[in-house]
Amino acid sequence: MTDLPTRSIDLKNVLSGSAPMADHSEGMSYLQSVPRRIVTLYLPLTIIVVVLLFPFYWMALTSVKPDDQLLDLDRFNPFWTWNPTFKHFHKLLFESYYPHWLWNTMYVAICATVLSIIASVLAAYAIVRLRYKGANLVGGLIFLAYLVPPSILFIPLATVVFQYGLFDSPLALILTYPTILIPFSTWLLMGYFKTIPFELEECALIDGASRWQILIKIVLPLAIPGLISAFIFCFTLCWNEFIYALTFLQSTSNKTVPVAIVNEFVDGDIYRWGSLMAGALAGSLPLVILYAFFVEHYVSAMTGAVKE
Amino acid sequence: MADVAIPRAKPQMSEDSAWTQLKHNRNWLGFWFMVPAMAFLIFFLAYPLGLGIWLSFTDTRIGRVGHFVATENYEWLWDDSIFWLSVFNTLLYTFVASALKFAIGLYLALLLNENMPFKAMLRAMVLIPFIVPTVLSALAFWWIFDSQFSIISWSLRHLGVIDQNINFLGDTTWARICVIFANIWRGVPFVAITLLAGLQTVSPSLYEAATLDGATRWQNFRFITYPLLTPIIAVVMTFSVLFTFTDFQLIWAMTRGGPVNATHLMATLSYQRAIIAGQLGEGAAISSAMIPFLLAAIMVSWFGLQRRKWQQGESND
Repeated sequence: MTDLPTRSIDLKNVLSGSAPMADHSEGMSYLQSVPRRIVTLYLPLTIIVVVLLFPFYWMALTSVKPDDQLLDLDRFNPFWTWNPTFKHFHKLLFESYYPHWLWNTMYVAICATVLSIIASVLAAYAIVRLRYKGANLVGGLIFLAYLVPPSILFIPLATVVFQYGLFDSPLALILTYPTILIPFSTWLLMGYFKTIPFELEECALIDGASRWQILIKIVLPLAIPGLISAFIFCFTLCWNEFIYALTFLQSTSNKTVPVAIVNEFVDGDIYRWGSLMAGALAGSLPLVILYAFFVEHYVSAMTGAVKE
Repeated sequence: MADVAIPRAKPQMSEDSAWTQLKHNRNWLGFWFMVPAMAFLIFFLAYPLGLGIWLSFTDTRIGRVGHFVATENYEWLWDDSIFWLSVFNTLLYTFVASALKFAIGLYLALLLNENMPFKAMLRAMVLIPFIVPTVLSALAFWWIFDSQFSIISWSLRHLGVIDQNINFLGDTTWARICVIFANIWRGVPFVAITLLAGLQTVSPSLYEAATLDGATRWQNFRFITYPLLTPIIAVVMTFSVLFTFTDFQLIWAMTRGGPVNATHLMATLSYQRAIIAGQLGEGAAISSAMIPFLLAAIMVSWFGLQRRKWQQGESND
């Protein structure tokens, strides 16, 4: 799947090139006329992309607007500002727990992701390569686990977390997030492991390597793209998770970014919008930056999990 | 396939000592490898799932162990108009949002599949709404749909379409439209990019052959693209329906179920009843009531996956 952007279908060129001598079916005439292409392709595409990206523009703009411009839509053009301010970010970083929350989110996301990747590598390898009795059944069950949404689990999990004395501790999230991540990443890694030639493993087995050595020295190095995909996707899922964090955490300083912004920044203050949007932007940026570096892995994770 | 040869490659170990067997027997080895994943899934997924169903038959409250009350919670919900309103909202939300997500997502996928400049960058940009945490983009929508300072109201006022601001999140109909819009906005990239990946597996020669036979663009889509995409559509839409049905965070960040419960989904209602009001039993009953719908979605996915196998030319095992 890493060849996603390059493997485009150049049918259009082929068709338009041969068009003069061929029939006049709609497909071809459509492809030739530039104005029609603008109307049927570029215009709708532009509209959709603008709608998809506008909220981020608005978020970014709001977070740098001075307060007086924020609420006065008549004297200032609301779509632009000539005197940006970093007041809201300053307030965020130095007058709130925001750095704390960012750190919590990062900490929980990394721990939960690492835990789940380790567990899923082992599980996926066992299902695909060891093929123990009932491996297919277990694979199916793990897929089913993927379909169990957090919204029906958070109530019983809250009682479990409370019983184990994990309430209001990051550990509660680190232990519960893997239930969302393991099914997904196991399924993804199963797909990757299947593509590794089994002859390599056979050779290693004949040379006397144990299963463990095979996994560490042969399979994992070959599955690195898959591991990166799984890691990034899991990390994003953790960062995005809301309902468990909302239910299991209580004290202000322990919260994760999404929960904290919704609960702590939403006060009666009419000027809250600047800092609210600054918080939302700062909470999204780490993911967007990560995404920018690993677009292809990200896409392959998303489509791989669906296609497997 | 490649992995069938592994069983043959594995030597027989049945004569070894118990310890060696634990270390080398394929089934035992498989068991050890599965332990971490299974531990997580059993303790934090399967057990809570069962516990949730059990809780729905008790009158548990926060800080108090419950007693078995049989179906009292469900009977109570049966007469609760807010619960039925939330069921209606959930179905409406799921149905409208999923249908539009599918339509727009498929359309966007077809557009992105065309040849054009900056294709890779466009595709990367389209996916951004899916990357950004839902709650944070929901907050942006909350601000965009603000009753006084909404940029949409402002623009429409200046275009002369409306005289006064629309009370986006304060009016029941508008609030529903807004949350559905936000959900579609967030879901379209996922649908589009996964369908695009499916589209790229369709061989161009099929279109060439069809076009030579005089097929129109619509016929190309209807008789080539669509049938070849059905398997992936089935899977994508199952996920989409499932996650729309159980959506929580978008609603919670934008409206918290208001105005007058018009946007309460089953998930938000169960949170409100269970965690805020402390009625764990009743909340569990609401979330357990979602399970039949989820099962239906899973069945659809299963049959979708079944069909996929033969369409891709693999054997039906």
